[in-house]
Amino acid sequence: MIAETGHYALILALGVAIVQTLLPLIGARVRDPQLAAVAAPAAQMQFVLVAIAFIALTTAYVTSDFSVANVWQNSHSAKPLLYKFSGVWGNHEGSMILWVLILTLFGAAVATFGRNLPRQLKSNVLAVQGSIGAAFLLFIITTSNPFIRLSPAPFDGQGLNPVLQDPALAFHPPFLYAGYVGFSMAFSFAVAALIEGRIDAAWARWVRPWTLAAWMCLTLGIAMGSWWAYYELGWGGFWFWDPVENASFMPWLAGTALLHSALVMEKRDALKVWTILLAIITFSLSLMGTFLVRSGVLTSVHAFAVDPARGIFILAIMGVFIGGALTLFAWRAPLLGQGGLFAPISREGALVLNNLLLTTACAAVFVGTLYPLALEAVTGDKISVGPPFFNLTFAPLIVPLLLAVPFGPLLAWKRGDLVAAAQRLMAAACLALAAVVLLLALNQRGPWLAPFGIGLGVWLITGALTEIAYRVKLGQASVSEIGRRLGNLPRAAYGSALAHAGLGFAVIGIVATTAWRSEAILALKPGETAEIAGYTLSFKGVAPRQGPNYRERVALLEVTRHGNAVTKLTPSKREFTVERSSTTEAGIQASWRGDLYAVLGDELNNGAYTIRLYFNPLVRLIWLGALVMFFGGAVSLSDRRLRVGAPKRAQAKAAAISAAE
Amino acid sequence: MPRRHIRTLLLSLALSFLALASAHAVQPDEVLADAALEARARAISAGLRCLVCQNQSIDDSDAPLARDLRLLVRERLKAGDSDQEIVDFVVARYGEFVLLKPRFLPHTLLLWFATPVVFAAALSLIWLAHRRRKAAGQSLAPLSTMEKRQLKRLLDEG
Repeated sequence: MIAETGHYALILALGVAIVQTLLPLIGARVRDPQLAAVAAPAAQMQFVLVAIAFIALTTAYVTSDFSVANVWQNSHSAKPLLYKFSGVWGNHEGSMILWVLILTLFGAAVATFGRNLPRQLKSNVLAVQGSIGAAFLLFIITTSNPFIRLSPAPFDGQGLNPVLQDPALAFHPPFLYAGYVGFSMAFSFAVAALIEGRIDAAWARWVRPWTLAAWMCLTLGIAMGSWWAYYELGWGGFWFWDPVENASFMPWLAGTALLHSALVMEKRDALKVWTILLAIITFSLSLMGTFLVRSGVLTSVHAFAVDPARGIFILAIMGVFIGGALTLFAWRAPLLGQGGLFAPISREGALVLNNLLLTTACAAVFVGTLYPLALEAVTGDKISVGPPFFNLTFAPLIVPLLLAVPFGPLLAWKRGDLVAAAQRLMAAACLALAAVVLLLALNQRGPWLAPFGIGLGVWLITGALTEIAYRVKLGQASVSEIGRRLGNLPRAAYGSALAHAGLGFAVIGIVATTAWRSEAILALKPGETAEIAGYTLSFKGVAPRQGPNYRERVALLEVTRHGNAVTKLTPSKREFTVERSSTTEAGIQASWRGDLYAVLGDELNNGAYTIRLYFNPLVRLIWLGALVMFFGGAVSLSDRRLRVGAPKRAQAKAAAISAAE
Repeated sequence: MPRRHIRTLLLSLALSFLALASAHAVQPDEVLADAALEARARAISAGLRCLVCQNQSIDDSDAPLARDLRLLVRERLKAGDSDQEIVDFVVARYGEFVLLKPRFLPHTLLLWFATPVVFAAALSLIWLAHRRRKAAGQSLAPLSTMEKRQLKRLLDEG
């Protein structure tokens, strides 16, 4: 009964989504505001209905109702409760329901909180959002229905892929989807603006919070995926330029560019046409990510099922939305007109450079990911495009961008002074150079470029601090004046400084662990010891252990450093009984210096075990950096000026200040 | 389902499990005594794709085929081949698909040139847009003394 309720709710949601799409558009045509006003309650209703379907499916999972085919295929009664929940989206059908749930959540949020939006814009945005919902609901109901029953009901389920039974991976998809789908808001706003043929700075102010929220979620989602790969795949890598990773990285790059170009549009009314195009591109890349992962074009952990019907359906959705939006863009964009003027050296100019480099980097990832597929389809030649290609094409674009980041916030709008900005950054540059020189002197091994990479990270952090220091007039004003200025600084300023500093942390982590990791591949017998990066590990042996739904063999390694006990590492190999497959669990000792990382391998003939030891210096900074970036986004989002319906007074004051300057 | 399809399905399932459970890459018995030679072997391995895995190099994979290739690379190294000779040998055997960094050939020209072309095109579009505005007489001239005085008066009044 519960499953049928969910199924019914899905079909009703499709009906509501169609109403939400059509009535506002008809209302706009016949100038009937009441028809247009249907959009808001329809968006809320659609969310409630999809939520009912989602809760119904979750209930079926938690109560292990194996008469539902989807639950039978992906769950098992002995599975821990957390993974019964996460099992809901650990498969194709359920993950699509989650996708639509988040989509409708964003739509309902605009319907509820977007009171200050102009009526026409709001109903158009919701109509576009409704059409995306309708397309994906139709996709779920016709090709990916999770509510199909089995008769007779099987006694127990088939279990969830053990690789997915992991805390970080349980929450990786919801964040990733919140990012992907959140960019649909920017898309809907862009298409709505094109339909109206009118756009202004206020548009950018309304679209920015939604884009920022989506970007934050995507940042965290990608970081979680990378963290998971680091500790689960067992050789301490954190990014592999895997097509599926790239599928989430491309919307992130484009979305980051969008955040910055929307800033120019909000403050200076410039880059309007480009911002609209970028909003369309960002969501198109999200759709493409969904297509690549869900269609099975790329077979990997993520492609839960390979079904051509689904692939073709999503391809059709992509074609309609991307093609439609770009056609509308070509037709209407010339109406939008030019905005404010600026000199090449200015805040706007810096943000144009940001967009140039980010979108080109995104194009590099795009070409590298899709070229092998395209080439095989056209000529039948099979080639591989792997990490060496991406490192070669991506780095030359990203390094200049990172070098330029600290300059941006120090340049004035309209016309900036590069020399003055450089003078203000002198202290930051000296600190970064000092780090480079120190590391070059100390560097015993590893590539000679590595110290420069660390210097780049330091430069980003000190540059972010310089921005705050400059804005509070550190070293010029009195202490009380600085305190007052610190309090008055808009949260958005802190937010961007935090995000840029977070990027710096991540760069340091990436460079350090790539250049200076140590590795030992050993065959150890119980009682033997090994040394790595100043640690001594003594191998005590391997013992069996029983988990809730797996058996494992656990190795015990006692770690000492300079004769003092540090920790015990227990890397293990797990055999999942139901799913009949195994995973490796690394033993990790985390510290600020870096991670000591141990992996248990197979037993060899002579009673020894293969044991792999790694020391990954500063590797935690990669994810810490991502967290700081997320936090920076949150601080910026809490800025009252960004909140929908910011008081007019603040705007007037800001205008007066910029006029005075 | 025809039997051939079932076999393909089972095979691909088996392979995907191999790929997932990987983690073990280089085994202790493979490591060469000569550290310089071993370092070369690792560098070469990192650029060669494990043919039965998902986007993994043979250095990262524990699939039996990857191990065979690792051993092959080390054997050739011990025999005194250069890095290039070894890579050529593997490509001759398994095709270009094995290279994680595609070669610069007519059918990969587009791949290698796409990014620089996009960059150049974007740059020239930005330059054109900038020039068009300048030509339209909308350049940002600094305020004249007259205008500055006017502005000051307005601000003082406010």
